[in-house]
Amino acid sequence: MQNELQVGTNQQVKSRIAVSKNRRKWRKALTISLFVAPAFIIYAIYVIYPIFATFNYSLFEWNGLQAEKTFIGLANYIELFKDQVFWTALQNNFLVVFISVFVQIPLGLVMALMLFAPIRGIKFFSTVYFMPFLMSTVAIGLLWVFMFDPINGTMNQLLRIFGVQKWQVAWLSEESTAMWSVLLVIVWQFAPFYMILFKAGIVGIPEELYEAAQIDGANKWKQFTHITLPLLMPTIVSSSILAIVGSLKTFDLFYIMTGGGPNNTTELMGTYMFKQAFQIFDMGYASTIAFMMFLIAFVVVAIIQVMETQRRKKGGFV
Amino acid sequence: MMVVLKKIPLYILALFLLVFTGYPFLYMVATSLKTQQEFFQAPFSIITSISFENYFSVLEMGLSQYFINSIIVSVVSVVTVVFISALASYPLSRMKFRLNRTLFLLFIAGMMLPIHSTLIPTFMLTQKMGLYDTMLALIGPYIAFSIPISIFILTQFMQEIPQALEDAAKIDGCTHFGVFWRVMLPMLTPALSTVFIYNFIHLWTEFIFALVLISSPEKMTLPLGLQNFYGEFSVNVPGLMAALTLASLPVLLVYFFAQEKVVKGLSGGAVKE
Repeated sequence: MQNELQVGTNQQVKSRIAVSKNRRKWRKALTISLFVAPAFIIYAIYVIYPIFATFNYSLFEWNGLQAEKTFIGLANYIELFKDQVFWTALQNNFLVVFISVFVQIPLGLVMALMLFAPIRGIKFFSTVYFMPFLMSTVAIGLLWVFMFDPINGTMNQLLRIFGVQKWQVAWLSEESTAMWSVLLVIVWQFAPFYMILFKAGIVGIPEELYEAAQIDGANKWKQFTHITLPLLMPTIVSSSILAIVGSLKTFDLFYIMTGGGPNNTTELMGTYMFKQAFQIFDMGYASTIAFMMFLIAFVVVAIIQVMETQRRKKGGFV
Repeated sequence: MMVVLKKIPLYILALFLLVFTGYPFLYMVATSLKTQQEFFQAPFSIITSISFENYFSVLEMGLSQYFINSIIVSVVSVVTVVFISALASYPLSRMKFRLNRTLFLLFIAGMMLPIHSTLIPTFMLTQKMGLYDTMLALIGPYIAFSIPISIFILTQFMQEIPQALEDAAKIDGCTHFGVFWRVMLPMLTPALSTVFIYNFIHLWTEFIFALVLISSPEKMTLPLGLQNFYGEFSVNVPGLMAALTLASLPVLLVYFFAQEKVVKGLSGGAVKE
């Protein structure tokens, strides 16, 4: 009897707990939604929805001016794979990635190491070294357009001073030099950023390691290859990821300095997409390029993620 | 003496890097102080004369309007994005729920996204909403594209705030919003300034959305305005250089006065003290 009674009240208590648990659950869900909603709604409108819409547009023949669209399936994609300019653009994008990883990052490392060199005026040097990264890309592009100017530009004036006039070229309008000229500017703009990342990495290396190495008779170069470099590996990896992802998005500098020319030699996926969309008004085809840009970024990031997990599992560096 | 000699290669490298990074700025400022005639006579000289005439003339030609537009758009976007990202970061970093990880990854994924893959729908949407060629057109995408990095930084910082503080506030009768407002935000001040600086500088220099969503000169932000200037006055090199100098000045000034903060902000929290 007593047992039964107890069971009865237990059940009542349990169901009451269940009700209040349920209510608490709802309240929690509501609280979470209210906190996340403002960010999520704006993000959904301007980031998530457009990606799906871009894919949808890419299946149509459409000029963007009239409402009418013609469904053509994957025809735009087939055309894209046959489009020589797209392949040039893709190649250029990967050249930017390559230069970012193998020129910008090492230069950033050298600049960061300079900030720890036993010389005077470090504060001044570091202030100036970082300045390029603070200018807007448009301003940088315009400034360098004039530095590369065939007649009054710094580059050719410099060559004149050194008496090698025959080397003077119209840097940005010749097919052989245009790409490299813009790449130089990209290095100029972003090396300071990696300098800062490396500076932080170097600060984080314990001083005792160097002291111990010195006692063991390791010279500066040995110290660098055996202590600094291995301990900077996480910074190098994360810098490379930033450089790769950033380079796939490059647009501003090329748009301002060459507009993808001469003769498409500096075309990037971004500049080509922009041309197709807002100059030729082939919105369907432009959406196809845009969606390919998304896919490529997605695949590259996925590969990086897999490699990262592999690396962590192996526990190699880090 | 030997010690000094040994350091000479270091000084040479340091000076080389100094010229590489600094010379373009010198060229820009030096040219902006020349008259057009002086520029064509001696485009390469550092200082021929100093006249600020170019500065006044570019400000009159519309640069001041671009400045005002850029300030409005950047400030409104950044203040909004910092607030709503902090709001979203609170449950994402401190509450357990089923969709937490998915939602977080969804937000973070935006960091790798090329803007181009959203450009056409945003352009269409903006026209449908009747916002095309207004400053409001920019604020939406600016907020949306600043959310990923903001949430990324803020969740990291919020995770580090001790649970005890939150519990204490709850015992004192604080609601979740109370905890957020009275405990989280004050503790987050350094992270908020990082996010503020990062986003502000990025939006101050943003170009492609402005290029696509704005067409009339009186609505243009600085980067777009500069490009517009270039199209119209490409012959007037000193004038253009004055415009570039003026446009770069605000960020540079802030940098000179608060170097540590700017560097920390721009590295997006990657540099922690």
